[in-house]
Amino acid sequence: MTEARTPLWEVFIRPRNGLSHKHVGSVHAADATMALQAARDVYTRRGEGLSVWVVPSAEITASDPADKDALFEPTASKIYRHPTFYEVPDEVENM
Amino acid sequence: MYSQGLIGADGTTDEDEAFLQHFQSRIDAEQKIEPNDAMPEGYRRTLIRQISQHAHSEIVGMLPEGNWISRAPTLRRKAALLAKVQDEGGHGLYLYAAAETLGISREEMTEQLLTGAAKYSSIFNYPTPTWADIGAIGWLVDGAAIMNQIPLCRCSFGPYARAMIRICKEESFHQRQGYEIMLTLCSGTPEQKQLAQDSLDRWWWPSLMMFGPHDSDSTHSDQSMAWKIKRFSNDELRQKFIDATVPQAEFLGIKMPDPDLEWSEKRGSYDHGPIDWDEFWRVVKGGGKCSKDRISDRQAAWDNGAWVREAALAYADKVRARQATAAPTPVAAE
Amino acid sequence: MAQEASTTSIVTFLTRLGDDQLVLGHRLSEWCGHAPTLEEDLALANMGLDLIGQARALYTRAGELEGEGRGEDDFAYLRREVDYQNLLLVERPNGDFARTILKQFYFAAFMTPFWQGTSNSSDEALAAIAAKAVKESTYHLRHSAEWVIRLGDGTAESANRMKCAVDDLHAYTDEMFQSDALTKELAGAGVAPEPATIKVQWQASVTEIFDAANLAIPEIAWPQLGGRQGEHTEDMGHLLAELQFMQRAYPGLQW
Repeated sequence: MTEARTPLWEVFIRPRNGLSHKHVGSVHAADATMALQAARDVYTRRGEGLSVWVVPSAEITASDPADKDALFEPTASKIYRHPTFYEVPDEVENM
Repeated sequence: MYSQGLIGADGTTDEDEAFLQHFQSRIDAEQKIEPNDAMPEGYRRTLIRQISQHAHSEIVGMLPEGNWISRAPTLRRKAALLAKVQDEGGHGLYLYAAAETLGISREEMTEQLLTGAAKYSSIFNYPTPTWADIGAIGWLVDGAAIMNQIPLCRCSFGPYARAMIRICKEESFHQRQGYEIMLTLCSGTPEQKQLAQDSLDRWWWPSLMMFGPHDSDSTHSDQSMAWKIKRFSNDELRQKFIDATVPQAEFLGIKMPDPDLEWSEKRGSYDHGPIDWDEFWRVVKGGGKCSKDRISDRQAAWDNGAWVREAALAYADKVRARQATAAPTPVAAE
Repeated sequence: MAQEASTTSIVTFLTRLGDDQLVLGHRLSEWCGHAPTLEEDLALANMGLDLIGQARALYTRAGELEGEGRGEDDFAYLRREVDYQNLLLVERPNGDFARTILKQFYFAAFMTPFWQGTSNSSDEALAAIAAKAVKESTYHLRHSAEWVIRLGDGTAESANRMKCAVDDLHAYTDEMFQSDALTKELAGAGVAPEPATIKVQWQASVTEIFDAANLAIPEIAWPQLGGRQGEHTEDMGHLLAELQFMQRAYPGLQW
């Protein structure tokens, strides 16, 4: 018989102030306090971070890859959102 | 550390041709596959099998080296060895998590290991009778593992590739740690050098076996290559390992236990003698000197820890229940 | 004005402290590969590495002060059992996870305020070691306390195991607070706090965590003492037989 599952948590670490937290991996823990300690013990052994977040994996709402086209394709044609769309004479530097 | 001698991966899959072709075109375009993407069942099964086998190898691999933590000869060596074996536990953890994205739980994988349904690298079924084995494992076993693991950083499955990048970064000290131990032994007394030689004699052939059967005998390899789970053949990687390692042994002044080992000008590589595949299969099938001990050690850790895991879950339930009762007035929350 | 402590006394004291950290670090390292969860396997190794690191710093400093050419490994590997002056608590076998974690909690609840007090030591080298160690010990205390609460207030089995652990180990806690000529001399010289002065804080930590864990603090009928005088339990000889194996089997070699 498979024993009861210990919940999974996603771990995010801020490598240093000025940077945002970045997903680094997962840990199993029964509650948030232990998840935070596990994240510290597993993912910061080489000075990787100054701040840790843990989020229950089950709480993450993800987009469906099947919706990829509907969600993300339409932006491909909006090239006017990028600075290179606009022409500025060479004489006008640094814009 | 891992061997690519993947045993029993079954890449068969029965999706329709259009689906498979579309999937293959993504792979051929070097696109990464992420957990929620549509994928052939055979791809998912092969990955679960390979990643969990890799994770189990890390976890079981803690035991032969763990055998010397309490007896390490100096405090510097003790700290380095403890940190290294700890790393292997961490690597097992990252890999279990990568496999979990494919819809299998760590508990299920653990049970597959303990019942023998899942394999692990059979190199860990050899014993570590002397301190020199800690050197030889770091040098040879981690060295062979690196050969396998670096290409896995480019594996088509995103979570596996990401775990491997982290693992390769962390493991960079492991082989050096082992080689440094060998170097110290080889520049010590004749007795110390003999310890190093004996250890090389015992670990050389099993290290070569870590790369798995010859390409001509390796089933399922073609599909894994096509799916870019695997990027080099067993024999290619084995040759690379031999070519890299022989000069390192020469520097140490100890000899590989292979009378047929010889540099081939023509191939620009070392030729080597025949590998004893009967021994390989005997150890894979559970006949290694430590096969039973390794599994019974893992079984004991799992069984002895069950009450701890249950207690942590029970406490979390209690706290949730207490919070639910206390909930009506938010200010009353702690 | 404070009396200066003799070099010999400081060396003895550093060795004593080093012995505590080494022996507990060694015990923690025995868990590697066998812990109840993978996450905890890494956590126990982290604590073990912290303690072994502290022992190395303490022994190295002791050797420097002594000036007879002894290094960290001479202290760790080449003394007789009677010369180790660690607390009996830290040499007790790991037993189950409840015992291991309770031992860690008792010790960290003492060492955290002790290192805090030592971080202002009149001995600058020791002050620096303490300033680093207090951060490590603070985490050990937090980590072990969270487990004591969960095991004490978890299932009937875990509560029972915690209670057995308390019954077995509590008698070894008094030794942490014992005074002797050495602790008095060092306290007088501002090198390190008198252990007895730590007791109030230790009791406060234990009471707080035991309350949360539904555990009772037992009366100690017969305190177990002797480690500071080199009078050990039977476990110590076996621990040293393993720890010292290589150095005894192959004397005088480089590894």
